[in-house]
Amino acid sequence: MKQTRTPGDENSAELSANPKDSVSILVSGARLIDPAAGVDAVCAVLIRDGRIAAVGAEAEAGASGLKVQKVDAAGLWLLPGLVDMHVHLREPGQEGKESIASGTRAAAAGGITTLVAMPNTVPATDSVAIVELVRAKARAEGVVNVLPSAAVTKDRQGTELTEIGELARAGVVLFTDDGDGVANPELMRRALEYGAMFNVLFMQHCEDKALSGGGVMNEGLVSQRLGLRGWPKAAEAVMAARDIVLAEATGGRIHFGHLSARQSIELVRAAKARGLAVSAETAPHFFALSDAWLSEHPYDSAGKMNPPLGCEEDRLSVIEALKDGTLDCIATDHAPHSSLDKDVEFDKAAFGILGLETSLGLTLEVLVHGGHISPLRAVELLSAKPAELLGLKGRKGTLAKGADADLCLVAPDEAWTVDPEKFQSKSRNTPFAGWTLRGRVKRTMVAGRWVYDDKLGIVA
Amino acid sequence: MKRLPRKDLLDLESVHPEEIRLILDQAAAFREIAQRPVKKVPALRGKTVINLFFEPSTRTSTSFHLAAQRLSADVLDIKVADSSVKKGETLLDTVATFEAMDLSVLIMRTGHAGSPALVAGRSKASIVNAGDGMHEHPTQGLLDLFTLERRFGKVEGLTVAIVGDVLHSRVARSDVWGLLKLGASVRLCGPSTLCPASLARLWPGAPVTVTHDLREALEGVDAVQVLRLQLERLQRFLFPSTREYSHLYALTGERLAYAKPGCLVMHPGPMNRGLEISSGVADGPQSAIAAQVANGVAVRMAVLYLLAGNDAEAA
Repeated sequence: MKQTRTPGDENSAELSANPKDSVSILVSGARLIDPAAGVDAVCAVLIRDGRIAAVGAEAEAGASGLKVQKVDAAGLWLLPGLVDMHVHLREPGQEGKESIASGTRAAAAGGITTLVAMPNTVPATDSVAIVELVRAKARAEGVVNVLPSAAVTKDRQGTELTEIGELARAGVVLFTDDGDGVANPELMRRALEYGAMFNVLFMQHCEDKALSGGGVMNEGLVSQRLGLRGWPKAAEAVMAARDIVLAEATGGRIHFGHLSARQSIELVRAAKARGLAVSAETAPHFFALSDAWLSEHPYDSAGKMNPPLGCEEDRLSVIEALKDGTLDCIATDHAPHSSLDKDVEFDKAAFGILGLETSLGLTLEVLVHGGHISPLRAVELLSAKPAELLGLKGRKGTLAKGADADLCLVAPDEAWTVDPEKFQSKSRNTPFAGWTLRGRVKRTMVAGRWVYDDKLGIVA
Repeated sequence: MKRLPRKDLLDLESVHPEEIRLILDQAAAFREIAQRPVKKVPALRGKTVINLFFEPSTRTSTSFHLAAQRLSADVLDIKVADSSVKKGETLLDTVATFEAMDLSVLIMRTGHAGSPALVAGRSKASIVNAGDGMHEHPTQGLLDLFTLERRFGKVEGLTVAIVGDVLHSRVARSDVWGLLKLGASVRLCGPSTLCPASLARLWPGAPVTVTHDLREALEGVDAVQVLRLQLERLQRFLFPSTREYSHLYALTGERLAYAKPGCLVMHPGPMNRGLEISSGVADGPQSAIAAQVANGVAVRMAVLYLLAGNDAEAA
């Protein structure tokens, strides 16, 4: 694979620590779970100048004699800050739903220290000018790292390519028309072929609209009972199958966003077995819920998302694929909407739910406490692997010496109740209100500075 | 007085058999009123009933309007083109406006499944679902039960075929729920795209079968409900042509002979004559299509009365 660009280099502005006002901090007593470094043990971490200065005995030794802030984190888990590849910050254009300021605060509260902002803004993020706008806003108002993505096609219309080379050079880490799939197979083929020259990553929103057309929930028993127009899971699988073929033919890098269904997961599993460089994510709601939720909450638009919740068989496939590595990571597809968009007829309600503030809790509750995966695997899915996919290996997704000091402290067994009124996000659209989750974010640090504390809220 | 133990009538799925019994008995009483020269009772005097129709409908809106009028209610018909919903107001705001005018019953016809339920949760008025998308049309289901009961004496033990676009039919859903609650057996029939075999799983353990063969569906049945074929289904490739549909699924005199002698023929209307039903059958001696319409008014009077009737004004 060509390496004409190392994404981390261009991104140093929004990714690097700010050494001037950071102090040395020693976090000790916590169980450090760092799959990228192969560590799962109680072990201290020394933070200096926004980076990890030392780990383990070296950290304790390094701290002696220095003026350090000491944090006793006994009983907690210390994780590399979570990396979320799929976040709708809604700015510019739909600041009533979310903004860069509010969305990054929500991320910090969820232990997420780096996120990729989706380009379906208004106007669409399809030019260097808008990328610079997002970046400048993030620098001024964001409390976590915001990495810009850009559309594959101009104005996300699916007809003309954006200036992929220029955008890649400007630090765009991901190209996607998310919200819509790239429908035209010839255009997608050329995007992959051309993008390979810059080693860029494409995230596909897998939805063949001829198949999903007009659907508002998964096609199946529940849609039949409620009389809602069904959306067959084939709509996802058909586009995934096409892109696997195109990725093989072009050598381009394709990543599948928000996979939700057994069929598409099986296609990815087979493609990986053949050695193709495809990757895929799922969202917490696809392992936590099935369309049975809508049977229990008929016509409640908090259960409406794109792609829609699948059947129980799909949910179990998602969990299996998170275990066996078919799915590389968990990304939230955080999609804030106001009550204006949600408190309407189910057919008319906007697709999407919040994710940032419940992602870790759901992962720990459903997957780890549920006995499906180890804590190490959970951190791999939420942090190490997405960092690697974004080309940030060594800097993000790990707390090895030299990495950026982005981290979170988690009380793994602490039960808390999801209360949307307490969210940092501007929006409230979640089906998880009232759920009790075990696993709570206690503190979050970005570039060596605490940005969130569960007692004090945002402290950045 | 008699009352339904519920504020709204949104579906037949959640209605208990005893409630259906209550409605059908009340409808029988109101059916007699239709024979009188003065077809009015004061049961809803002073109450306001609004017919809010987001989809064109002649028979259902007329039927509800007459039913409310015969109960002496003040009744208002609002068609979507006149409504402020077109001006960007939300459904919930529109309903809040009506409610501020002391609304008793809101009858809703909408293309969106679940929207009567959405309104019902926010409104003090009784909401009557007059058809919501592909979900349910409970008063149609009730009037079909009423029609069967008047013909056969009781619904229990009957076998009823429902033929056509079952998948997209709110009438079919309400019919099945109602028929099962009163002890009938149901056969669903249509092409695999409009009547998939998976539909039977909606009623696990219940006497509901699915077939794509019309003869199999009709053999020995007591009654058949023929559904209207929506021509827009053609555009979604759900069947190849109206010609082929007729060849396979139209109810003709010849095919009706597979059913029990005296099999009752129903159609919720409006009919595509010659497409899903032949004129000979529609107008023939076994047809209950006109009776369905007449019974519709009585059943809707019963529903309105049992949801919102004045105390002391029993009919």
